[in-house]
Amino acid sequence: MACISPDGKPTASGGKMLVALKAGPCSAEEVAKASGLPVFRVRSGLRELAQAGLTNAKGDKYELSPEGQELANSL
Amino acid sequence: MEEVKEQTPSLPRLGQAAPPFEAVTTQGPLKLDDYKGSWLILFSHPADFTPVCTTEFIAFAEIYPELQKRGVELLGLSVDSVSSHIAWARNVEEKTKVKIPFPIIADLSKEVSTAYGMVHPGQSKTETVRCVFIIDDKQVIRTILYYPLTTGRNMDEILRIIDALQTSDANGVATPANWRPGDKVVVPPPNTQEMAEERLKEGYECVDWYLCRKKL
Repeated sequence: MACISPDGKPTASGGKMLVALKAGPCSAEEVAKASGLPVFRVRSGLRELAQAGLTNAKGDKYELSPEGQELANSL
Repeated sequence: MEEVKEQTPSLPRLGQAAPPFEAVTTQGPLKLDDYKGSWLILFSHPADFTPVCTTEFIAFAEIYPELQKRGVELLGLSVDSVSSHIAWARNVEEKTKVKIPFPIIADLSKEVSTAYGMVHPGQSKTETVRCVFIIDDKQVIRTILYYPLTTGRNMDEILRIIDALQTSDANGVATPANWRPGDKVVVPPPNTQEMAEERLKEGYECVDWYLCRKKL
């Protein structure tokens, strides 16, 4: 897992994506711009965060789940 | 008696869609689709902790900023494990101060290397040879290079090919032998006699109707 450590905490890149999503639903390209991460990393990372229940996909955009919001607020 | 035929997977060809993959890498699981909209250089190396591959990885890391300026990402591959890739990249950084900034596929199952024809049994039955697949932003294969195990790749040529392909796409032209950015480009040859006659009046630098150059 590149975005979530085995202990369940977000990695540095995972944290950047969660913080970028605090602004509201974003596309992968928008998250990449806000986080400074390459788009390919963000696309992969957003899938991983969704599998962990921290984001929800809505069409081309991703938004924080309540659990993801709580985690993002703690970062 | 039924004849048993050896199944040889068809190899990717220029102009075809790049074979899709989902792979474990040093930067997490990645799919080919994750690179849509970017150019991608997918390259294989024989093995981690080997001398020529180490010089190549340093060289790829050094041209990575130039590639990024051109909208190109790098993705390495060998049949080693993620742990081996991580250990090797850390060792390269420790010994040479060069950080490997791009992901490396751990293709232990050989799924990706088989799909891309990266294992050449005449060179090695177990390791991938030095392949370079240049895949454009629409995920079409635009260039394939194969180097033998003994010969490290030339980064200038890889950058030159990227520049040539992107110049051709942007301007509808071709590039002559040994072309470098800033050099004159080749105007596509005319398809009809009428176009051939008009071609010579257009102010291009022409050797004859079929070979005309122009400055961009």
